[in-house]
Amino acid sequence: MDMNVNPLPYLSESILPREVKFDEQDQALIVLIQTGLPISTTPYADLGEELGMDESEVIERLKRLNRSNIIKRSGVIVRHHELGYRANAMVVWNVSDEIIGKLGLCLGQFDFITLCYHRPRRLPGWPYNLFTMIHGKSRDDVLENIQYLINRYELNEIEHEILFSTRRFKQRGAIYHKLSGELNNRVDKTDG
Amino acid sequence: MHRVNTITEVNGQLNTQQHGLQKLTELEKHLLNDFQHNLPFVSRPFKQIAKQLGSSEAIVIDTLNKLKEQGFVSRVGVVFRANSIGASTLAAMAVPVSELENVAAMISSYSEVNHNYEREHHFNLWFVVTARDEEMLNSVLYDIESRSGHPVMSLPMLEDYHIDLGFDLGVGFERGQESGV
Repeated sequence: MDMNVNPLPYLSESILPREVKFDEQDQALIVLIQTGLPISTTPYADLGEELGMDESEVIERLKRLNRSNIIKRSGVIVRHHELGYRANAMVVWNVSDEIIGKLGLCLGQFDFITLCYHRPRRLPGWPYNLFTMIHGKSRDDVLENIQYLINRYELNEIEHEILFSTRRFKQRGAIYHKLSGELNNRVDKTDG
Repeated sequence: MHRVNTITEVNGQLNTQQHGLQKLTELEKHLLNDFQHNLPFVSRPFKQIAKQLGSSEAIVIDTLNKLKEQGFVSRVGVVFRANSIGASTLAAMAVPVSELENVAAMISSYSEVNHNYEREHHFNLWFVVTARDEEMLNSVLYDIESRSGHPVMSLPMLEDYHIDLGFDLGVGFERGQESGV
Protein backbone atom coordinates (compact mmCIF):
# COMPACT_ATOMS: atom_id res chain seq x y z
CA MET A 1 0.00 0.00 0.00
CA ASP A 2 1.23 3.46 -0.83
CA MET A 3 1.56 5.20 2.47
CA ASN A 4 3.41 8.19 1.05
CA VAL A 5 0.12 9.79 0.23
CA ASN A 6 -0.68 11.99 3.16
CA PRO A 7 -4.07 13.33 3.97
CA LEU A 8 -4.42 17.10 3.97
CA PRO A 9 -2.93 18.70 7.09
CA TYR A 10 -6.24 19.89 8.50
CA LEU A 11 -7.44 16.32 8.61
CA SER A 12 -5.02 15.49 11.38
CA GLU A 13 -7.26 17.40 13.71
CA SER A 14 -10.05 15.33 15.12
CA ILE A 15 -13.28 15.63 13.20
CA LEU A 16 -15.26 14.12 16.02
CA PRO A 17 -17.59 16.38 17.97
CA ARG A 18 -16.20 18.14 20.98
CA GLU A 19 -17.91 17.70 24.31
CA VAL A 20 -21.04 19.77 24.15
CA LYS A 21 -23.91 19.92 26.54
CA PHE A 22 -27.37 20.35 25.10
CA ASP A 23 -30.09 21.97 27.08
CA GLU A 24 -33.79 21.34 26.60
CA GLN A 25 -34.03 24.13 24.04
CA ASP A 26 -31.24 22.61 21.94
CA GLN A 27 -32.97 19.26 22.03
CA ALA A 28 -36.25 20.77 20.93
CA LEU A 29 -34.47 22.55 18.08
CA ILE A 30 -32.67 19.35 17.02
CA VAL A 31 -35.90 17.38 16.97
CA LEU A 32 -37.65 20.07 14.94
CA ILE A 33 -34.89 20.70 12.39
CA GLN A 34 -34.34 17.04 11.46
CA THR A 35 -37.07 17.10 8.87
CA GLY A 36 -35.64 20.26 7.32
CA LEU A 37 -36.02 24.01 7.47
CA PRO A 38 -39.16 25.64 6.18
CA ILE A 39 -38.18 26.94 2.72
CA SER A 40 -39.46 30.46 3.36
CA THR A 41 -38.04 33.98 3.60
CA THR A 42 -37.26 33.67 7.32
CA PRO A 43 -36.89 29.96 8.12
CA TYR A 44 -35.13 30.48 11.46
CA ALA A 45 -37.81 32.87 12.66
CA ASP A 46 -40.43 30.30 11.60
CA LEU A 47 -38.67 27.57 13.59
CA GLY A 48 -38.36 29.95 16.51
CA GLU A 49 -42.06 30.62 16.47
CA GLU A 50 -42.76 26.92 16.94
CA LEU A 51 -40.18 26.69 19.71
CA GLY A 52 -40.97 29.90 21.55
CA MET A 53 -37.52 31.34 20.77
CA ASP A 54 -36.67 34.40 18.81
CA GLU A 55 -34.87 34.20 15.49
CA SER A 56 -31.48 35.27 16.78
CA GLU A 57 -31.55 32.59 19.45
CA VAL A 58 -32.29 29.87 16.86
CA ILE A 59 -29.41 31.13 14.72
CA GLU A 60 -27.01 31.32 17.66
CA ARG A 61 -27.87 27.80 18.78
CA LEU A 62 -27.39 26.41 15.27
CA LYS A 63 -24.05 28.19 14.94
CA ARG A 64 -22.94 26.65 18.22
CA LEU A 65 -24.01 23.13 17.17
CA ASN A 66 -22.19 23.72 13.90
CA ARG A 67 -18.97 24.92 15.55
CA SER A 68 -18.98 21.98 17.93
CA ASN A 69 -19.12 19.61 14.94
CA ILE A 70 -22.41 18.00 15.93
CA ILE A 71 -23.73 19.30 12.64
CA LYS A 72 -21.77 17.48 9.97
CA ARG A 73 -23.19 19.41 7.04
CA SER A 74 -25.84 22.04 6.42
CA GLY A 75 -27.44 22.95 3.13
CA VAL A 76 -29.42 21.41 0.31
CA ILE A 77 -29.70 17.66 0.89
CA VAL A 78 -30.19 15.98 -2.49
CA ARG A 79 -31.41 12.54 -3.47
CA HIS A 80 -28.69 10.84 -5.50
CA HIS A 81 -30.96 8.25 -7.01
CA GLU A 82 -33.49 10.74 -8.35
CA LEU A 83 -30.70 12.83 -9.84
CA GLY A 84 -29.45 9.96 -11.96
CA TYR A 85 -26.85 8.49 -9.61
CA ARG A 86 -28.64 5.18 -9.56
CA ALA A 87 -25.81 2.86 -8.68
CA ASN A 88 -24.39 2.65 -5.21
CA ALA A 89 -22.08 0.14 -3.66
CA MET A 90 -20.91 -0.32 -0.14
CA VAL A 91 -17.28 -1.38 -0.45
CA VAL A 92 -15.95 -3.06 2.66
CA TRP A 93 -12.25 -3.56 3.33
CA ASN A 94 -10.31 -5.68 5.78
CA VAL A 95 -7.60 -3.25 6.82
CA SER A 96 -4.99 -3.73 9.53
CA ASP A 97 -5.57 -1.70 12.68
CA GLU A 98 -2.24 0.09 12.15
CA ILE A 99 -3.20 1.73 8.88
CA ILE A 100 -6.97 2.01 9.04
CA GLY A 101 -6.89 5.59 10.33
CA LYS A 102 -4.55 6.81 7.65
CA LEU A 103 -6.26 4.99 4.79
CA GLY A 104 -9.69 6.04 6.08
CA LEU A 105 -8.72 9.71 5.99
CA CYS A 106 -7.34 9.33 2.46
CA LEU A 107 -10.48 7.67 1.13
CA GLY A 108 -12.80 9.98 3.05
CA GLN A 109 -11.69 12.94 0.94
CA PHE A 110 -13.07 11.74 -2.38
CA ASP A 111 -16.19 13.37 -3.74
CA PHE A 112 -17.65 10.09 -4.96
CA ILE A 113 -17.32 8.55 -1.49
CA THR A 114 -20.27 9.65 0.58
CA LEU A 115 -19.47 7.74 3.78
CA CYS A 116 -16.21 6.36 5.17
CA TYR A 117 -16.47 4.68 8.54
CA HIS A 118 -14.46 2.40 10.78
CA ARG A 119 -16.81 -0.31 12.10
CA PRO A 120 -16.07 -3.46 14.12
CA ARG A 121 -15.26 -6.81 12.53
CA ARG A 122 -17.64 -9.66 13.47
CA LEU A 123 -15.53 -12.80 13.18
CA PRO A 124 -15.69 -15.39 11.83
CA GLY A 125 -18.38 -14.29 9.36
CA TRP A 126 -17.46 -10.64 8.84
CA PRO A 127 -13.77 -9.68 8.59
CA TYR A 128 -14.28 -6.14 7.22
CA ASN A 129 -13.66 -3.02 9.28
CA LEU A 130 -13.52 -0.10 6.81
CA PHE A 131 -16.78 0.84 5.09
CA THR A 132 -16.98 3.17 2.09
CA MET A 133 -20.14 4.14 0.24
CA ILE A 134 -19.61 4.86 -3.43
CA HIS A 135 -22.21 6.40 -5.75
CA GLY A 136 -22.19 6.54 -9.53
CA LYS A 137 -24.44 6.89 -12.54
CA SER A 138 -24.04 3.24 -13.40
CA ARG A 139 -22.51 0.07 -12.10
CA ASP A 140 -19.54 0.52 -14.41
CA ASP A 141 -19.07 4.06 -13.17
CA VAL A 142 -18.91 2.79 -9.57
CA LEU A 143 -16.52 -0.05 -10.50
CA GLU A 144 -14.28 2.44 -12.27
CA ASN A 145 -14.11 4.59 -9.15
CA ILE A 146 -13.24 1.57 -7.03
CA GLN A 147 -10.48 0.57 -9.45
CA TYR A 148 -9.15 4.11 -9.31
CA LEU A 149 -8.86 3.88 -5.51
CA ILE A 150 -7.19 0.47 -5.74
CA ASN A 151 -4.60 1.78 -8.19
CA ARG A 152 -4.09 5.08 -6.40
CA TYR A 153 -3.45 3.56 -2.97
CA GLU A 154 -2.12 0.16 -4.08
CA LEU A 155 -4.92 -1.73 -2.39
CA ASN A 156 -4.73 -4.91 -4.50
CA GLU A 157 -3.59 -6.94 -1.53
CA ILE A 158 -6.34 -5.69 0.73
CA GLU A 159 -9.26 -8.07 1.05
CA HIS A 160 -12.48 -6.32 0.05
CA GLU A 161 -16.00 -6.93 -1.20
CA ILE A 162 -18.35 -4.79 -3.28
CA LEU A 163 -21.97 -4.84 -2.15
CA PHE A 164 -24.13 -3.19 -4.80
CA SER A 165 -27.58 -2.20 -3.67
CA THR A 166 -30.30 -3.83 -5.68
CA ARG A 167 -33.40 -2.50 -3.98
CA ARG A 168 -34.15 0.47 -1.80
CA PHE A 169 -36.86 -0.31 0.72
CA LYS A 170 -36.52 2.92 2.69
CA GLN A 171 -34.49 6.10 2.66
CA ARG A 172 -34.86 9.26 4.66
CA GLY A 173 -32.93 11.38 7.15
CA ALA A 174 -32.49 10.05 10.65
CA ILE A 175 -35.24 11.03 13.04
CA TYR A 176 -34.55 11.18 16.73
CA HIS A 177 -37.63 11.06 18.89
CA LYS A 178 -37.36 13.02 22.02
CA LEU A 179 -40.49 11.65 23.56
CA SER A 180 -40.62 8.01 24.46
CA GLY A 181 -43.45 5.87 23.26
CA GLU A 182 -44.48 2.31 22.78
CA LEU A 183 -42.26 0.57 20.27
CA ASN A 184 -45.09 -0.87 18.27
CA ASN A 185 -46.96 2.39 18.03
CA ARG A 186 -44.20 4.20 16.31
CA VAL A 187 -44.65 2.79 12.88
CA ASP A 188 -44.21 5.46 10.26
CA LYS A 189 -44.44 6.13 6.58
CA THR A 190 -41.33 6.42 4.52
CA ASP A 191 -40.70 9.60 2.58
CA GLY A 192 -37.98 8.21 0.35
CA MET B 1 -26.21 6.15 -17.90
CA HIS B 2 -26.28 3.00 -20.02
CA ARG B 3 -27.39 0.82 -17.18
CA VAL B 4 -30.10 2.61 -15.37
CA ASN B 5 -32.48 1.13 -12.85
CA THR B 6 -29.93 -0.81 -10.86
CA ILE B 7 -32.16 0.05 -7.95
CA THR B 8 -35.82 -0.79 -8.15
CA GLU B 9 -37.84 1.88 -6.47
CA VAL B 10 -40.22 0.23 -4.07
CA ASN B 11 -42.09 3.11 -2.54
CA GLY B 12 -41.84 6.01 -4.93
CA GLN B 13 -42.98 6.71 -8.44
CA LEU B 14 -39.85 8.52 -9.47
CA ASN B 15 -38.40 5.95 -11.79
CA THR B 16 -39.39 7.74 -14.95
CA GLN B 17 -36.89 10.52 -14.36
CA GLN B 18 -33.98 8.72 -15.94
CA HIS B 19 -32.30 11.79 -17.28
CA GLY B 20 -33.43 14.16 -14.58
CA LEU B 21 -30.27 16.21 -14.53
CA GLN B 22 -30.34 17.11 -18.18
CA LYS B 23 -33.76 18.69 -17.95
CA LEU B 24 -32.83 21.05 -15.17
CA THR B 25 -32.34 24.78 -15.60
CA GLU B 26 -29.00 26.40 -14.80
CA LEU B 27 -30.45 27.85 -11.60
CA GLU B 28 -31.72 24.45 -10.52
CA LYS B 29 -28.35 22.86 -11.21
CA HIS B 30 -26.52 25.46 -9.17
CA LEU B 31 -28.96 25.17 -6.29
CA LEU B 32 -28.57 21.39 -6.28
CA ASN B 33 -24.82 21.27 -6.66
CA ASP B 34 -23.33 24.32 -5.02
CA PHE B 35 -25.28 24.72 -1.80
CA GLN B 36 -24.92 21.30 -0.23
CA HIS B 37 -22.79 22.70 2.55
CA ASN B 38 -22.38 25.96 4.45
CA LEU B 39 -26.04 26.88 4.66
CA PRO B 40 -26.05 30.53 5.75
CA PHE B 41 -27.14 30.89 9.39
CA VAL B 42 -28.51 34.38 8.82
CA SER B 43 -31.98 35.85 8.99
CA ARG B 44 -32.62 35.57 5.23
CA PRO B 45 -30.53 32.60 4.06
CA PHE B 46 -32.26 32.26 0.69
CA LYS B 47 -31.72 35.94 -0.01
CA GLN B 48 -28.00 35.39 0.51
CA ILE B 49 -28.04 32.35 -1.79
CA ALA B 50 -29.99 34.33 -4.39
CA LYS B 51 -27.40 37.09 -4.27
CA GLN B 52 -24.60 34.60 -4.96
CA LEU B 53 -26.52 33.30 -7.96
CA GLY B 54 -27.66 36.67 -9.29
CA SER B 55 -31.27 35.64 -8.72
CA SER B 56 -34.03 36.77 -6.42
CA GLU B 57 -35.02 35.41 -3.03
CA ALA B 58 -38.55 34.62 -4.25
CA ILE B 59 -37.28 32.65 -7.24
CA VAL B 60 -34.80 30.68 -5.12
CA ILE B 61 -37.52 29.79 -2.61
CA ASP B 62 -39.95 28.74 -5.37
CA THR B 63 -37.30 26.70 -7.14
CA LEU B 64 -36.18 24.88 -3.99
CA ASN B 65 -39.77 24.08 -3.07
CA LYS B 66 -40.34 22.75 -6.57
CA LEU B 67 -37.17 20.60 -6.47
CA LYS B 68 -38.37 19.21 -3.18
CA GLU B 69 -41.80 18.38 -4.59
CA GLN B 70 -40.14 16.64 -7.54
CA GLY B 71 -38.07 14.52 -5.18
CA PHE B 72 -34.65 15.85 -6.23
CA VAL B 73 -34.19 17.56 -2.88
CA SER B 74 -34.85 15.64 0.30
CA ARG B 75 -34.75 18.77 2.44
CA VAL B 76 -32.87 21.95 3.14
CA GLY B 77 -31.39 21.50 6.55
CA VAL B 78 -28.65 19.88 8.54
CA VAL B 79 -27.04 16.46 8.80
CA PHE B 80 -26.08 15.53 12.32
CA ARG B 81 -22.90 13.57 12.86
CA ALA B 82 -23.65 9.93 13.65
CA ASN B 83 -23.83 9.20 17.35
CA SER B 84 -23.46 12.84 18.37
CA ILE B 85 -27.09 13.24 19.43
CA GLY B 86 -28.36 9.75 20.01
CA ALA B 87 -27.33 6.21 19.22
CA SER B 88 -27.21 4.59 15.80
CA THR B 89 -25.86 1.55 14.06
CA LEU B 90 -25.64 -0.16 10.69
CA ALA B 91 -27.30 -3.56 10.89
CA ALA B 92 -27.11 -6.49 8.49
CA MET B 93 -29.10 -9.69 8.10
CA ALA B 94 -28.94 -12.75 5.90
CA VAL B 95 -32.55 -13.37 4.91
CA PRO B 96 -33.77 -16.15 2.59
CA VAL B 97 -35.00 -14.61 -0.66
CA SER B 98 -38.51 -15.96 -0.14
CA GLU B 99 -38.84 -14.00 3.11
CA LEU B 100 -36.97 -10.89 2.06
CA GLU B 101 -39.88 -8.65 1.09
CA ASN B 102 -41.83 -9.36 4.24
CA VAL B 103 -38.86 -8.97 6.54
CA ALA B 104 -37.79 -5.76 4.76
CA ALA B 105 -41.29 -4.31 5.08
CA MET B 106 -41.40 -5.19 8.76
CA ILE B 107 -38.04 -3.49 9.31
CA SER B 108 -38.99 -0.38 7.30
CA SER B 109 -42.07 0.07 9.45
CA TYR B 110 -39.95 1.13 12.41
CA SER B 111 -39.59 4.88 12.69
CA GLU B 112 -36.10 4.21 14.07
CA VAL B 113 -35.04 2.75 10.71
CA ASN B 114 -34.07 5.39 8.17
CA HIS B 115 -32.28 3.46 5.47
CA ASN B 116 -33.06 -0.06 4.37
CA TYR B 117 -31.44 -1.62 1.31
CA GLU B 118 -31.11 -4.98 -0.33
CA ARG B 119 -27.48 -5.63 -1.30
CA GLU B 120 -25.76 -8.32 -3.36
CA HIS B 121 -24.22 -10.46 -0.65
CA HIS B 122 -24.92 -13.35 1.70
CA PHE B 123 -25.81 -10.54 4.13
CA ASN B 124 -28.49 -9.22 1.80
CA LEU B 125 -30.44 -6.77 3.96
CA TRP B 126 -28.73 -3.65 5.35
CA PHE B 127 -30.42 -1.00 7.43
CA VAL B 128 -29.56 1.92 9.68
CA VAL B 129 -31.20 2.21 13.07
CA THR B 130 -31.18 5.49 14.97
CA ALA B 131 -32.62 5.91 18.43
CA ARG B 132 -32.46 8.38 21.27
CA ASP B 133 -30.15 6.16 23.32
CA GLU B 134 -28.34 2.84 23.38
CA GLU B 135 -31.09 1.10 25.29
CA MET B 136 -33.76 2.02 22.77
CA LEU B 137 -31.44 1.05 19.92
CA ASN B 138 -30.86 -2.40 21.39
CA SER B 139 -34.53 -2.93 22.01
CA VAL B 140 -35.31 -2.23 18.35
CA LEU B 141 -32.58 -4.65 17.20
CA TYR B 142 -33.83 -7.30 19.59
CA ASP B 143 -37.39 -6.76 18.44
CA ILE B 144 -36.39 -7.16 14.78
CA GLU B 145 -34.45 -10.33 15.57
CA SER B 146 -37.30 -11.94 17.40
CA ARG B 147 -39.98 -10.92 14.89
CA SER B 148 -37.95 -12.07 11.85
CA GLY B 149 -36.38 -15.14 13.44
CA HIS B 150 -32.98 -14.19 11.96
CA PRO B 151 -29.93 -12.83 13.75
CA VAL B 152 -29.03 -9.17 13.30
CA MET B 153 -25.36 -8.21 12.95
CA SER B 154 -24.86 -4.76 14.43
CA LEU B 155 -21.91 -2.68 13.18
CA PRO B 156 -21.84 0.64 15.04
CA MET B 157 -19.55 3.37 13.76
CA LEU B 158 -16.23 3.54 15.62
CA GLU B 159 -14.72 6.41 13.67
CA ASP B 160 -15.85 8.74 10.89
CA TYR B 161 -13.14 9.59 8.33
CA HIS B 162 -15.35 11.46 5.92
CA ILE B 163 -15.31 15.19 5.31
CA ASP B 164 -18.83 15.85 4.15
CA LEU B 165 -19.16 18.60 1.57
CA GLY B 166 -22.09 16.97 -0.15
CA PHE B 167 -21.99 15.17 -3.47
CA ASP B 168 -20.65 16.70 -6.67
CA LEU B 169 -23.28 16.22 -9.35
CA GLY B 170 -20.92 17.63 -11.94
CA VAL B 171 -23.42 20.25 -13.03
CA GLY B 172 -22.65 23.33 -10.98
CA PHE B 173 -19.47 25.31 -10.54
CA GLU B 174 -16.21 23.37 -10.90
CA ARG B 175 -15.26 21.45 -7.79
CA GLY B 176 -12.66 19.15 -9.31
CA GLN B 177 -12.74 15.39 -9.30
CA GLU B 178 -11.20 15.06 -5.88
CA SER B 179 -11.65 17.49 -3.05
CA GLY B 180 -8.15 16.89 -1.79
CA VAL B 181 -5.29 14.41 -2.02
